[in-house]
Amino acid sequence: MILSERPKSSFPRRLAAGVCGHAIRLFARLVTAVRPVWQGIDPAQGGQRIYFANHASHGDFILIWSTLPERQRRATRPVAGADYWGKGGLRSFIGRDVFHSLLIDRQRNEAVRTDPVGQMAAALDRGSSLILFPEGTRNTTDEILLPLKSGLFHLASARPEVDLVPVWIDNLNRVLPKGAVIPVPLMCKVLYGAPMRLQPDETKTAFLDRARQAMLDLRQDANDKGEERA
Amino acid sequence: MEQARSDLLTVIAGIGGLLIIASLAGWLLQIRLSPNGENAAIENLNDRIRSWWVMVLAMSLAFVGGKTGVLLLFGFCSFAALREFMTLTNATRADHWTLVGAFFVVLPLQYYLIWIEWYGLFSIFIPVYVFLLLPIVSALRGETRNFLIRVAEMQWALMICVFCASHVPALLTLKIPGYEGRNVLLIAFLVIVVQLSDVLQYVWGKLLGRRKIAPALSPSKTVEGFLGGTLTAIAIGAALWWMTPFAPLQAALMAGVITMMGFFGGLVMSAIKRDRGVKDWGHMIAGHGGFIDRLDSVVFAAPFFFHLTRYYWSIG
Repeated sequence: MILSERPKSSFPRRLAAGVCGHAIRLFARLVTAVRPVWQGIDPAQGGQRIYFANHASHGDFILIWSTLPERQRRATRPVAGADYWGKGGLRSFIGRDVFHSLLIDRQRNEAVRTDPVGQMAAALDRGSSLILFPEGTRNTTDEILLPLKSGLFHLASARPEVDLVPVWIDNLNRVLPKGAVIPVPLMCKVLYGAPMRLQPDETKTAFLDRARQAMLDLRQDANDKGEERA
Repeated sequence: MEQARSDLLTVIAGIGGLLIIASLAGWLLQIRLSPNGENAAIENLNDRIRSWWVMVLAMSLAFVGGKTGVLLLFGFCSFAALREFMTLTNATRADHWTLVGAFFVVLPLQYYLIWIEWYGLFSIFIPVYVFLLLPIVSALRGETRNFLIRVAEMQWALMICVFCASHVPALLTLKIPGYEGRNVLLIAFLVIVVQLSDVLQYVWGKLLGRRKIAPALSPSKTVEGFLGGTLTAIAIGAALWWMTPFAPLQAALMAGVITMMGFFGGLVMSAIKRDRGVKDWGHMIAGHGGFIDRLDSVVFAAPFFFHLTRYYWSIG
């Protein structure tokens, strides 16, 4: 049983959020014809998960969110930066009401000492699934995948009984490359890998290496059928 | 006008009848041989038939919607095909503005030119002006790696997916004496002959295909399938002369040209897929693959059919 953790808001606001969500998904489909590829994981299977994915574009969690089955989409919260998505106005409406994102304070400010892992664990305890970008920030470099931050490890240690699902978002960086405003229509895929968990005696480095490798393996699968692109 | 409407209804009813027979056959095959979906070929066949229903429905709606409907339908097909083609090219982020221009300027403009029936410009807009202007946009970014490859790929994508595909709705612009108001039937003729030729080549190939024509490109194309499919499609084309401005023999010749171009178009597009290491262009049409997988033969046949009809039957 997945507990609903929607913020209490007025009916018109909820209605607007629902319409907006549909519009965003339709737009994502029109531009990328996005297709989920489920490898080693059954999409219909319930259960709580932490999806962790590569992060190259603002559209990343839209694609994950668009490809999840409806029931899971409603229970899944993207973890996002409060500095960007909590600014108020439209951005905050989309961040909070439409995506229901879990806002994390990235400025580790001494005055407002926050505990991102604690926040995420609490959200898991309340029944949500999470979407996480363990590179920590958008990858605007030429690297394929930045080194993973330790947050994923700490979260896995705090809640070792939750499935961690590696995700590779393929081609979206070409749709909306660094600095671009207008997306170009190109086909995208979202590959979901087999769930993994922290092994009993696994070190931080070993675990993060394994998680990173799982993402890169999915990328390999995505490109097996296409040529390596520059 | 009445004649046009009743002819169109006859055509749609005929295709509907064919699809009903195909659906029944697919259903029987499934009950007999694949009750739990264990036979991949039959499952694929049924996927294909279901997709045909959707495609025929979309076409019929477009035909009823007249010029606007047909232009919108093929405009969308061009968009989806271009999206599939560009995905497989080497276009990098240095080509971002070129791609934006291709999708949001060139494509709508080409269809607009057909809408206003400006033959003199729509027939050279992409192969002359876009071919010259497009590399300029990419060159301005200063990325020289694979430049010629990137530019050539993008030009070809526009040629196939936009320029050639737009020659199907362009058939509506032809002024053929005694055929006024019926041009939409020319499109129906082209699409029916090309698609039936594809289907029949597949069927003949399955029934008695032995010698492969181009094993390196397409393992399913056989000499027997090609001959059987082409000859049957030409016969059907001749039998459909009443919906065209052609005499029966002329309709047969046209059908011959269409099926030839369709066949070789399919071969060329297969070669591109092999080069890129993919099986299908996309995944949007269940059982068929992508839009280009279904459109490739139509796209190659359309400009030939358009110009032959224009030179020999059209005035002005």
